[in-house]
Amino acid sequence: MTIPPVPYAIDPDNAATVSAEEQQFNDLIAADSRIEPRDWMPDGYRKTLIRQISQHAHSEIIGMQPEGNWITRAPSLKRKAILLAKVQDEAGHGLYLYSAAQTLGISRDLMTEQLIAGKARYSSIFNYPSPTWADMGAIGWLVDGAAICNQVPLCRASYGPYGRAMVRICKEESFHQRQGFEILLELMNGTPAQREMAQDSVNRWYWPALQMFGPPDDDSPNSAQSMAWNIKRFSNDDLRQRFVGMLVPQAEVLGVTLPDPDLRWNEEKGAYDMGEIDWTEFHEVLAGRGPANARRLQRRRDAHDEGQWVREAAAAYAAKQAVKAVA
Amino acid sequence: MRSSRGISHTHVGSLHAPDATLAVRNARDLYTRRNEGVSIWVVPADAITTSDPDAKGAFFESPAGKNYRHASYYTKSEGVKHL
Ligand SMILES: [Fe+2]
Ligand SMILES: [Fe+2]
Repeated sequence: MTIPPVPYAIDPDNAATVSAEEQQFNDLIAADSRIEPRDWMPDGYRKTLIRQISQHAHSEIIGMQPEGNWITRAPSLKRKAILLAKVQDEAGHGLYLYSAAQTLGISRDLMTEQLIAGKARYSSIFNYPSPTWADMGAIGWLVDGAAICNQVPLCRASYGPYGRAMVRICKEESFHQRQGFEILLELMNGTPAQREMAQDSVNRWYWPALQMFGPPDDDSPNSAQSMAWNIKRFSNDDLRQRFVGMLVPQAEVLGVTLPDPDLRWNEEKGAYDMGEIDWTEFHEVLAGRGPANARRLQRRRDAHDEGQWVREAAAAYAAKQAVKAVA
Repeated sequence: MRSSRGISHTHVGSLHAPDATLAVRNARDLYTRRNEGVSIWVVPADAITTSDPDAKGAFFESPAGKNYRHASYYTKSEGVKHL
């Protein structure tokens, strides 16, 4: 295992060449303070944040699809209302994050273009299909659960607008995970066919959910720099380990089996041992060759095109009203 | 946004809208899905005038070193009640 060298925010051999504004940036990071939009920041910091925040925003937006797919088919009016509220939250999360990214100088239009042109990344998890109602349970429990685990430390990210967006998002996320857990619990208390449907769904979502934490630490080249900049607070593997530790007792309450035969408590390390994650699959899905990549992008593109007349009408109305106001 | 009566408006976030009326509606949808507010103000970003972030040292210099403006500066009265 090779660990990439930690890039220090301050290079002691180069101290003389550090400008006053760069020194101020370094001091703020060292004091675990926050960087705000109009502060000076290194290009790499800005680029890393634009990439991370826009990818995060795209994930929330694309993430509406696997569940939006079930709104019209939810088994009761109550479940329909809950699912609708959850999907609406995800739209909101996308918008908070697009706003945060815009403070770094990228436009909303450019981000949208990058997404629908297939040039931007989003979380690989949303490229899996959701064929059964139990998937609404497994997505809430496992996918939102993993997202929460990832996002809570981001509330302390060094970039102010990002941290503030994450605080708002985290407040809304816990309902997402709980409603999913409840869907699974109800199915597990149901007929044998319902129990089977719940277990099958957990089998399909478990591994992709663990992949949401990103590649293992020794294969995550940008992690060290993100940690030095206080954007990232914990390593991918640490977060994944923490998540599994929380899932095991929850799975017991549900009565579902986590589909990892190598999952067992390791007394010595005080944590669970787990089986190998299929990283080939992860990279395949990320490269656009997952089961639903093409469908997700096409849907997003269609929605954008179908909304064109609404955007145009709203702009035309606003222009007309502005003229009236002047007259 | 005013979160409840008796509290002043505080900034909650940004959004896009073609005009002010739609901005208020979008703000309601985006920022008050859980009863977070009883009143919303929207302001176009270009209508905001700000202090210069590069000059903040000089601009906010006046209160610096004037800790006698805080009650905690006065320590001789320690132990004296209702003071
Ligand atoms: Fe979300
Ligand atoms: Fe969520």
